[in-house]
Amino acid sequence: MTRVLLEGSHAIAEAAIQAGCRFYAGYPITPSTEILEYMSHRMPQVGGVCMNAESEIEAINMVWGAAACGVRAMIASTGQGISLMQESLAEMANAELPCVVVNMMRGQGDYFQATRGGGHGDYRHIVLSPHTVQEGVDVVALAFELADRWRNPVDVLGDFLLGHTAEAVAFPSRDGREPPAKPWAATGARGRRAHNVTPLGSPEKLNLDPGSHHAAIAAKLPRIAAAEQRHETGVLDDAEIAVVAFGSPARFVKYAVRVCRERGMRVGWFRPISLWPFPADALAGVATRVRALAVFEQNAGQMIDDVRLAVLGRVPVVAIGGISHDHSGFGVGPALEPDHIVARIADAYGQHVASRTTEG
Amino acid sequence: MDAALEKVSAKPDLLLSTKHSLCPGCGEPLALRTILELVQELGLRERTVCVCGIGCYTAFPSIIDVDVIQALHGRAPSVATGAKRVLPDRFVFTLQGDGDMVSEGLQEIVHSAARGEKFTAVLLNNGVFGETGGHMTATSVLGQKTKTTMETGRVAERHGYPIRIADVLAGLDGPAYVARGAVHTAAAIAWTKRILREAFEAQLAGRGFSFVEILTMCPTDWYVEPSESADWVETNFSGTYPLRILKGGMMVR
Repeated sequence: MTRVLLEGSHAIAEAAIQAGCRFYAGYPITPSTEILEYMSHRMPQVGGVCMNAESEIEAINMVWGAAACGVRAMIASTGQGISLMQESLAEMANAELPCVVVNMMRGQGDYFQATRGGGHGDYRHIVLSPHTVQEGVDVVALAFELADRWRNPVDVLGDFLLGHTAEAVAFPSRDGREPPAKPWAATGARGRRAHNVTPLGSPEKLNLDPGSHHAAIAAKLPRIAAAEQRHETGVLDDAEIAVVAFGSPARFVKYAVRVCRERGMRVGWFRPISLWPFPADALAGVATRVRALAVFEQNAGQMIDDVRLAVLGRVPVVAIGGISHDHSGFGVGPALEPDHIVARIADAYGQHVASRTTEG
Repeated sequence: MDAALEKVSAKPDLLLSTKHSLCPGCGEPLALRTILELVQELGLRERTVCVCGIGCYTAFPSIIDVDVIQALHGRAPSVATGAKRVLPDRFVFTLQGDGDMVSEGLQEIVHSAARGEKFTAVLLNNGVFGETGGHMTATSVLGQKTKTTMETGRVAERHGYPIRIADVLAGLDGPAYVARGAVHTAAAIAWTKRILREAFEAQLAGRGFSFVEILTMCPTDWYVEPSESADWVETNFSGTYPLRILKGGMMVR
């Protein structure tokens, strides 16, 4: 398969185009702006639409309109811009509108925003977190499929490093993978009864029933949670502790774990790919085999809540990450230095493994 | 029933039910009826996508026989932008009240108009937040008594001035057609049907953004009897909101 060298933002934008995305709206904001730039020239080439919207709120509501007409639609921003969109992001789930929301985070501080939902009411977005540019390409295609399958927004949670790192990537063939028909869309009631696309109640005319509508959407959530957990693991067979990390930092953790292994520490790693639903079942299984879980994330401690919920006290869960930015506040800071990560893992190892070995 | 009365009280074909939850004397059903009659007369039902905002008129999507996208408060013009851009051969119109369009969503309507989006935006302007119970909006006129201006009416020094959104939009380059109508008299309804037709035809001809403001009666929140609401429009609205074509008409008067 042919590989092309692309930075993460451009690769993700191209993957969206190839997945059949034909509407994009965005508002410039670092570090997601390159997606808007790419879409502004690429969308017209494929007969799609790119809107350089006048605000984040307008951008997400343009996506609302395109998605409601049955077109695959995407938006990208960073956490600050996505904060502005939250009313719409919540209600798009209630309107059962498929779309893809890319968040190129500054650091990893938007884990709660993405997985808990920054908006109101009972809803969830499916959240996928790639750790390489190739995986970014792959999860964007998956995101559009899941969005249509579940009629729900899907978030792709990337970061500054992912967006700005150029890697050789391959775009999988999409032969025979056309977007599904969307008979629910608002397209003009040609030869059929008219219907509504609405977050407020039933789509059928003369049948406004908000309670049942919201209950039906809530009932969808446990089914998504059971079906869509995704994760990856490494060197866990004999591991005494497992390091849990997502996104670009997980890539650094993989390297740091290898260094720890070379120094004789029996350490493995666990990488959630879906952040909602969190791969709790798999992580609970890991917790039966290790002495502790060490969570490395570039924030003040967000995913660690989900790790603790997954293992329910079976093993100690310790934080080894923290807030760490570069001078601009947008990029990654010194906490991603491999030596630093190795030292944090070694500390955790010393506390939870070496000491017990001594006692034993 | 004589023929004329039968005609005016008949249900438009595109209205699925005459049951609604709006107050006696409300002007919004009259505006809706005028719109639906035109959609039918122009043969647009099978290619119409209505984008509805949030207000009393949010009761309409479930009783009108055209596809509707329900938008959030203030956001209908952006939703309609997305819809019309991906389905350029469809007929797209928005329904918003003054609270929705001019208070919450001012930015959206102005930008959509400036971009010349090829849909028709309809404003149902009664100068109050009707659904929440009659509070001041950005279009409440000076002197207007609302739940939040109860003692004094709207006073410029305290509450600022109303925005004449049609005039604002008519000053932009994007709109092809901007006009203001009302539904408080038979003559006003006939006028409104004429300007709606011109606005719809502007969209169908691909001429650009078209805009129709319709003054609608809200006797409940104006604290008058339904029978007095037509006079209320003349007394309180006609100075600030004269009925006229502000841009793009065949004959500006």
